[in-house]
Amino acid sequence: MSLSLRVSRLTIHALAECDKDPNPLRCDMAKGRIVAGCIAPHPPHLVYAENPDQNEPTSEGGWEQLRWGYERLRESLSEIEHDVIVILSPHWQTYVGTHFLGLENFQSLSVDPVFPNLFRYHYDLNIDVELAKQIHDNAEKAGLVVKMMENPDFRVDYGTITTGHLFNPKWDKPLVVISSNRSTDYYSAEVMQEMMIELGRITRETIEESGKKAIILASNSLSHRHFTTESEIPEDMSKEHIASHAMHLWDMRIIDYIRSGQTQRILDEMPEFIEQAIAESDGGGLSWLISALDTPDYPAILHGYGTIIGTGNAVVEWPCYKHEEDSQ
Amino acid sequence: MSDGEIIGSYIVPVHPHTYLVPEQNPGWTKLREAFDEAALRIKNSEADLLIIYSTTWPSIIGHQIQADPNPEWVMVDHDFHDLGSIPYSFNIDSEFANAWNEANHQRGLKSRTVNYHGFPIDVGSVVALKLLNPDNSIPAVIVSSNVYANRSETSVMAKACLDVVHSTGRKAIAITAMSLSNRMFTENIDPADDKIHSLKDDEWNCKILELMEKGRLEDVGQLSRTIQKQIRVRKVVAFKPMWWLSAINDNRNDLTGEVLAYEAIHGAGAAVIHLDPASCGTGDKEYDEDDVEYFYGDRSVLDSNDSETTIIDEEIETIDEITTAEENGPALWEPTTADGSVNTDSAPKPVGAYPHARRVGDLLYLSGVGPRQAVTNSIPGGPIHDEDGEPLDYDIKAQTQAVIDNIALILEEAGSSLDQVIDVTTFLVDMKRDFQGYNEVWAETLGKIGPTRTTLAIRALPTPIAVEMKVIAQFLE
Repeated sequence: MSLSLRVSRLTIHALAECDKDPNPLRCDMAKGRIVAGCIAPHPPHLVYAENPDQNEPTSEGGWEQLRWGYERLRESLSEIEHDVIVILSPHWQTYVGTHFLGLENFQSLSVDPVFPNLFRYHYDLNIDVELAKQIHDNAEKAGLVVKMMENPDFRVDYGTITTGHLFNPKWDKPLVVISSNRSTDYYSAEVMQEMMIELGRITRETIEESGKKAIILASNSLSHRHFTTESEIPEDMSKEHIASHAMHLWDMRIIDYIRSGQTQRILDEMPEFIEQAIAESDGGGLSWLISALDTPDYPAILHGYGTIIGTGNAVVEWPCYKHEEDSQ
Repeated sequence: MSDGEIIGSYIVPVHPHTYLVPEQNPGWTKLREAFDEAALRIKNSEADLLIIYSTTWPSIIGHQIQADPNPEWVMVDHDFHDLGSIPYSFNIDSEFANAWNEANHQRGLKSRTVNYHGFPIDVGSVVALKLLNPDNSIPAVIVSSNVYANRSETSVMAKACLDVVHSTGRKAIAITAMSLSNRMFTENIDPADDKIHSLKDDEWNCKILELMEKGRLEDVGQLSRTIQKQIRVRKVVAFKPMWWLSAINDNRNDLTGEVLAYEAIHGAGAAVIHLDPASCGTGDKEYDEDDVEYFYGDRSVLDSNDSETTIIDEEIETIDEITTAEENGPALWEPTTADGSVNTDSAPKPVGAYPHARRVGDLLYLSGVGPRQAVTNSIPGGPIHDEDGEPLDYDIKAQTQAVIDNIALILEEAGSSLDQVIDVTTFLVDMKRDFQGYNEVWAETLGKIGPTRTTLAIRALPTPIAVEMKVIAQFLE
């Protein structure tokens, strides 16, 4: 059975369940929803710069523009009720399908293999296994290759930890953590996008089925050309800038689409963006996010933009809750 | 202390199946048996150090070298976590790691050691060390695979390692943790159904193994870019380990190779190969790429004052000092000034009574131009011998570029330019060694302009340089 056919049946199934309930209000109240969707970059430098108790290295600050962006994002969402945070991280790279963390709690030390001098973070996070399993099961029914990760020795990737900390430093909401399937590498950006658009749709519909309110996060940067040297003081901001003018142009192009509600154009131009800006969206997060938000045509809020070792990073919020209120 | 050496090399697969579940597939069992055989050979050798280059440890800021003397943790594979966990406790030679790091810097490379509790040692290194050195009796060192590194950087990094092997008198085994074809099945499979992902991948793997059986390691290194295009999923690294392994084996093509096993792991090409340094008697390299000794690549992207640039500058200063001290060569002359002569202070002074160039009609005839610098008389890339005539290592590409830069200066003084060059005669003092590097610089410079060219091998030039060019250019007002 084709992916699209299976997904359509899922949708029909959900609608049919709602139709059975004679009370439309109750049915509506039981329906879960995505209350916000965000691009939330994960370079460990941002956590390093904040000096939280959980992180072993200490710094003199740095990358304030992005950290202030995260502050504005947290402030913007502080009054928005939500039950769960769903993250897709490009640093849990899987080649055999898409995987989901499948145990209720993970505690360990996360050491960034690339920047161990900046990020050695003691984490303790909870997983909404029920929702993760539901997304897993629905994705499997739709024909996607999926697997639950149930090994208690597994160390959660640093991208998830970094994004999780910056988005919710209290760690008081359960997560659903989705791996990054490397189908761009194995096939093409187009194949990756086809799969991630399906996974995004399934994520949205499963959240609706679950009755939960979710914030979804694509943990990725925009342009992704690193510097290959590190300054003596990593947080020396006099050394920080975009890797090249071409990368800047691509970042501004994507941000312009984000701010003007043209997410379909982002999807349309994704292969070129990935190739020319070496974009981290090759991991599927941005395509998954846009699809899960049902390809929004309303402007997103740009809370911040900045570079980290030459890569372009934006903190972005699609305020679904507000858009729904405005539409009513 | 006696000179150290590489006493053997191994290529081993990276996935955890051979350690955790070899019994689930006959091919995985064969690979495990090959691992065990390799471990036995290493144990029975004189090896006192294992050097691992792992493709499953990517890095960005140069190369990273593990220096924690006793890293301990439990490794779980990101993909195959359902196969189980691998607790590890390794014996790392941190002294060697630090010396290698310093040797990298001496050769112009960016690298650093890592020594942090809980650092996640990659799956390829964990599997290799658990199976090849199960009792930790031999200390090891592990180096990352840099995402941006090219052939020269990877090769120079291997040579820096070899410097330390020699200077510390180690008997070392070099190991690359890698797949051949690395395309896995993207679906879960029954272990019994495992096979190489495609016939094409299998054919390329067999070609690699055929070369390895003949000990032709450098040839595989030369084919790395082709292999990468043909049978490698991009992931985060290219097919670099053969560059590293060949360089650490002195770019040899006559090793004694033996394929202990070749099987599939979830579709990827997995082989255990032993390369013994004993010569198998086959021929030398069939062709050659530039053999770089120092890395001058662009890693100083932050500014021009960082430590890396300083290191390279120090090396160049040393070379300059040697050159400056070598004043017993031919005396320098003021250029002659007959009608039509063209001379410039921007070009090096002649070593005889002649001008830099002379104009006749619409043509400019240049005297032989070398790489010496105008004011300092220094030689970019270094002189080819010292005051006593003892050969020195030098960079032919840097010398060739300096020659072309000098030609451009003379032509500009005459009102002409490099793109008006119509004929060049080049003199090389070591055609076998230098033609490749000279030719590469030519291709990127004058080769794009298109003058006719003749390249001659000669015994010597008046100054300690390796290349000189005689040029005829047009003069179009």
